[in-house]
Amino acid sequence: MNILDILLQQSPALIVATPLLGAFLTPLIGKLGYNVRNIFIIIILAVTAFLVFLLASDVFSGNIHTYVFGGTTSTVLSNTVIRILFEVDGLSIFMAIITVILSLAAVIYSWAFMREETGQDKYYTLLLLMTTGMFGMVLTGDLFNFFVFLEITSIASCALIAFWTHKAKAVEAAFNYMVISTIGALFVLLSIAFLYGKYDALNIAKLASRITPVSFSFIDKLSLILLLAALTMKAGIAPMHMWLPDAYGRAPASISIILVGATQASLYGVFRICFTLYGNVIQIPEVSLGWIMVILGLITMLIGVFMAMIQIDFKKLIAYGALAELGYMFLGVGTGLTILSNPQLSLASNSFALQAMKGGIFHIINDALDVGLLFLVAGAVYYATKESSLNNLGGIARNMKYTTVFFLIGLLAVSGIPPMNGFASKLLIYESVYQLNPILAIIAILASIMLLAIMVKVFYSAFLGPKIDRFQDIREAPKSMLIAMGILASLIIFFGLFPDLIVNTLVEPAVKAITHPTSYILWLTGGV
Amino acid sequence: MLYLRRKVNKMIANIPFLAVMAMIIIGLATVVFKRNLIKMVIGVSIIESGVNLFLITLGYREHSVAPIYTASPGGIMSYPVPQALTLTSIVIGVAVLALMLSLVIYIYRHYKTLDIRKLGGGEE
Amino acid sequence: MFEQLLKTFDTGNGYWNPLVWGFAFLIIFLIIYILRGRGNPSYKRGTEQTKVFLSGNPEYENKELLHVKASNLYWGWVESTKWVINTLKKMHTGRANDYILWFTFMIAIFMLLLGVI
Repeated sequence: MNILDILLQQSPALIVATPLLGAFLTPLIGKLGYNVRNIFIIIILAVTAFLVFLLASDVFSGNIHTYVFGGTTSTVLSNTVIRILFEVDGLSIFMAIITVILSLAAVIYSWAFMREETGQDKYYTLLLLMTTGMFGMVLTGDLFNFFVFLEITSIASCALIAFWTHKAKAVEAAFNYMVISTIGALFVLLSIAFLYGKYDALNIAKLASRITPVSFSFIDKLSLILLLAALTMKAGIAPMHMWLPDAYGRAPASISIILVGATQASLYGVFRICFTLYGNVIQIPEVSLGWIMVILGLITMLIGVFMAMIQIDFKKLIAYGALAELGYMFLGVGTGLTILSNPQLSLASNSFALQAMKGGIFHIINDALDVGLLFLVAGAVYYATKESSLNNLGGIARNMKYTTVFFLIGLLAVSGIPPMNGFASKLLIYESVYQLNPILAIIAILASIMLLAIMVKVFYSAFLGPKIDRFQDIREAPKSMLIAMGILASLIIFFGLFPDLIVNTLVEPAVKAITHPTSYILWLTGGV
Repeated sequence: MLYLRRKVNKMIANIPFLAVMAMIIIGLATVVFKRNLIKMVIGVSIIESGVNLFLITLGYREHSVAPIYTASPGGIMSYPVPQALTLTSIVIGVAVLALMLSLVIYIYRHYKTLDIRKLGGGEE
Repeated sequence: MFEQLLKTFDTGNGYWNPLVWGFAFLIIFLIIYILRGRGNPSYKRGTEQTKVFLSGNPEYENKELLHVKASNLYWGWVESTKWVINTLKKMHTGRANDYILWFTFMIAIFMLLLGVI
């Protein structure tokens, strides 16, 4: 076997292990110098990106990759699953691609953004640990392993939110985030303990094959409720979303972009629970999760845009915009779930369900890129002017031309204007949700228009306007920040010009993986 | 008489589960209703202890000994997997507690008060 | 091969093709640029005609006072939806107690909806 086949076989473990190794080597290599350490971290993330894309090229052709920690091939011993298993299907590798793009952009951005800060060794170590946690969350096939990686991600991200400890509000936001994360994770552990006590299995595939409509009872419902409530709180769905604007708004800009990825990994957890773990029982009429997801998505959207209209803090406003975009994802996937969970409606006659799920899942990567670009622009404006409130800014576009163009691209993308990628996913969501109930599509379009209004407000008050003397000699953002923003902007334009290509390559395997839970548990009978 | 005694024996085995429920509800009530930051941290710690207790209680079998093979006195052993899960959870709880307490120290340095209603007026 | 490439641009909805939009935008921009670039013969630079008119108000030296602040934009919208916005502002208190209270409230709502209680 050549080297590529060996790498492909070991890649699920290597994708998690490489940033972990980098995280622990960073303080050592940091002694050699600033540039050496940054180049080392970029090499580590480039190697991880290569492994992710190698694995993606194989998973997208239909195979599900499993990796057993402990080495041997057979892990089912007298109806008990022994070792910890990583199982990579279409949705997992989709989230891993998002994670690696966001981490690369954040590290390239931090090269210049964090140049004058102290404690950079700890910053980069925690950043790589957070990346490890996110990869572990999306690639794992074991519920308790998911809990451990969830805790790793929330601890690392909380320490990074409080990175500027001289700002009082950052520490307060980090404390709130930590309390919420811990209580959420503890309730996840409680429901994992319930499921383990009843079924004697921790592996997601094994549990999914044991939760059947015959054995569905009070304990399963209780576990579903606790898991759903805790993970949707971590994913920032209203009305438990209130930690999100504080945490995103007070963190350094390069951390906000990875926090977007961490929030979406928790959203991945919700989808994994609803579609795969309880895959055999979603047809029971008592489990009516579809409409719950749709209503919660709508409430999130409306709260996001209404609160964003009155904010005057640049990053907090974009954080409320990110909150509104989360509602779109929930709306799209919830529409698909309503049709899937109704045994009387067939999927063939209601093909809008698959279209809605495609739109919802495509929106995950679009939102990560758009909102990520907007956060990077906010960070660049803060770096140049040291002002974070929109009331004190004005006329910056004269000096920071490239940043203005990037903000324009982000503005068009977030509100769903045609040449950008936000339009493609939002059109899919509008068209399919309209066929479920017209009012949902009307509220979604209204939220999109209000997002356009909000971003135009930011553009006018920060970038346009007369020449202000205080900002006479601010300079353009440094090159590494421009390169990071350029990567995201070029991906946005590419996804917007060829949406069909992206939907067929990236999103279709993810939707196929999520609507066919039997293929996830197929390895149990195959014996791999 | 014997019938009642057997019933009491069976009900005594449920006391750890009642304790778990009590601890989780008391912990949640502490986090929701107390204003002092350190009391909120203690509340989170109580919830964590309750969940760990639940994990250990799941693995107990009646009249069982510790699941260690060397120098074992014989007889059935309790399940070892929940004990491993509990150890991991306790370690995670220690890290979380340390991080939360260090954040409380920073908040005290900035605001000079531990009352959560008086926070929020700090500089940017 | 070219036909296949063209087919990937089709979202199946007529003229929502992003490449068509970009191309049309380019053509229209060129037309407008050429037409407007021919100039306006009645424009005399440097006279009273070119000074800024602010409805008779004086033009300040400190240009920062001329710029509309961000908290004053969209005043009409904020005034007309004041009841929604004030309710939402009161909800977002910033305290961890209330966040966990919402969490237990949502657990209770889920329990009611899914038929546990």
